[in-house]
Amino acid sequence: MQAALRFPTTLSRKRLALVLAGVLSVLIGVSTAHAQAPSQIQAQTQSTTVNPKDPFESFNRSVFEFNDRLDQSITKPIAQTYVKVTPDLVQTGVRNFFGNLSDMWSTVNNALQLKPASTAESLARVGVNTILGLGGVIDWATKMDLNKHPEDFGQTLGYWGMGSGPYLVLPLLGPSTLRDTGAMALDLKTSPVSRVRPAENRYELTALNLVDKRAKYLDLGDQLNEVALDRYSFVRDVFLQKRRSEVFDGDPPEEDDPELSQ
Amino acid sequence: MNLMISTIKHLEMKSGKTLAALGVALALLFAPFAHAADLAPDEFIKTLCNSLLESVKTDKNLKSGDPERIRQVVDTQVLPNVNFQRMTASAVGPQWRSATDEQKAKLQEQFKILLMHTYSGALTQIRDQTVTVKPLRSDPQDKEVLVKTEVKGGGEPIQLDYRLEKTPGVGMGWKIYNLNVLGVWLVDTYRTQFSQEINAKGIDGLIATLTDRNQSNGNTQSAKK
Repeated sequence: MQAALRFPTTLSRKRLALVLAGVLSVLIGVSTAHAQAPSQIQAQTQSTTVNPKDPFESFNRSVFEFNDRLDQSITKPIAQTYVKVTPDLVQTGVRNFFGNLSDMWSTVNNALQLKPASTAESLARVGVNTILGLGGVIDWATKMDLNKHPEDFGQTLGYWGMGSGPYLVLPLLGPSTLRDTGAMALDLKTSPVSRVRPAENRYELTALNLVDKRAKYLDLGDQLNEVALDRYSFVRDVFLQKRRSEVFDGDPPEEDDPELSQ
Repeated sequence: MNLMISTIKHLEMKSGKTLAALGVALALLFAPFAHAADLAPDEFIKTLCNSLLESVKTDKNLKSGDPERIRQVVDTQVLPNVNFQRMTASAVGPQWRSATDEQKAKLQEQFKILLMHTYSGALTQIRDQTVTVKPLRSDPQDKEVLVKTEVKGGGEPIQLDYRLEKTPGVGMGWKIYNLNVLGVWLVDTYRTQFSQEINAKGIDGLIATLTDRNQSNGNTQSAKK
């Protein structure tokens, strides 16, 4: 827990504590608001033993429920409209633009993880796309076989040995962990979007980024309902596994997993 | 007795015919062995993936997601190379041991339908993908190996890894018992959910939930048509 707050950066602790406190207060507010939600009761009967990876399960379940409703009533319809009315070319441009911003941050994090080849390739991507691709709108780099190496600060912390901490479902943003939530504060702070003035334009850009992210998953439709017996634990288990795999670049060491042999 | 009769019949035949019959018998005898040569684990995955990709690319019904055709291909091409019992057992967890044979059979059947429903969608997405098998890190003596592959074509490459167990003389010499898509192990993803159901409602409860889910999945599929 404490380690999560020790950032090797200029970000002041006070500021970070404020952000975390804000996130926590929202989480608590949401969880009490939905204390009587059916999923809550279900959750309590379902998990008689506490999952060590998810000590805040009942709490997380209510945020999950909240996010779900928010998605059904607001986010998903917006994303659907966005996909319907915006020309494909513009959509691709938007995705590439934000992709280029994340490539910049990936370059830094690849460097922090001492991965020279990935750092160089990410840097080359940013260079090519920013200069030849009109500020990132056209993704020439992929056509030139320069591969993406997505890394964020949470992965960097994981690379240097910090555990993920407990699972957290964040309002609006969805699955995360304590480590990644802390790290995300830095991810957001360093993003060029955070330096856009005036503030309205910054909010617009952030909203566009979120809508684009949601639009990416529209094709999946309701598949989650079909494959999962319990959507909450399905999403959690997939997220935690995937995140762990990302930290170890697709090659995580085996967990203590007493696999059943018949 | 039969042997004697056939020997006598053989003796009665003209020598040419006898030779031909003998040849056919020999060919039949050795055919299964010639066919079932044990491959190296990476060769096994390469062969399996390429034959599947080939089927999808050439078969219009498969490409369009026809459930009946998918079932056929899964049954004939995929399942013989998968230890599905082990996959189900591992997803169910320690409770598997206390299940009756009938329960085990039902669990396998329903889990299979659920997974096929999930992955039939992926089959329809296949276009000009190619599979690259990464260099193998294993000993020839290993009874279980990890084969890592990358699927390329359209967007970022997709990580697809397989855990295999050695099955000497059976099939191509290996069977898949777990599958990793983009860093997520398939069997592990169901373990928590299955144990939740079993803890709450027992093994029969899990079977009932799986059956219900598969039925409603089937309904939505026919509703979409």
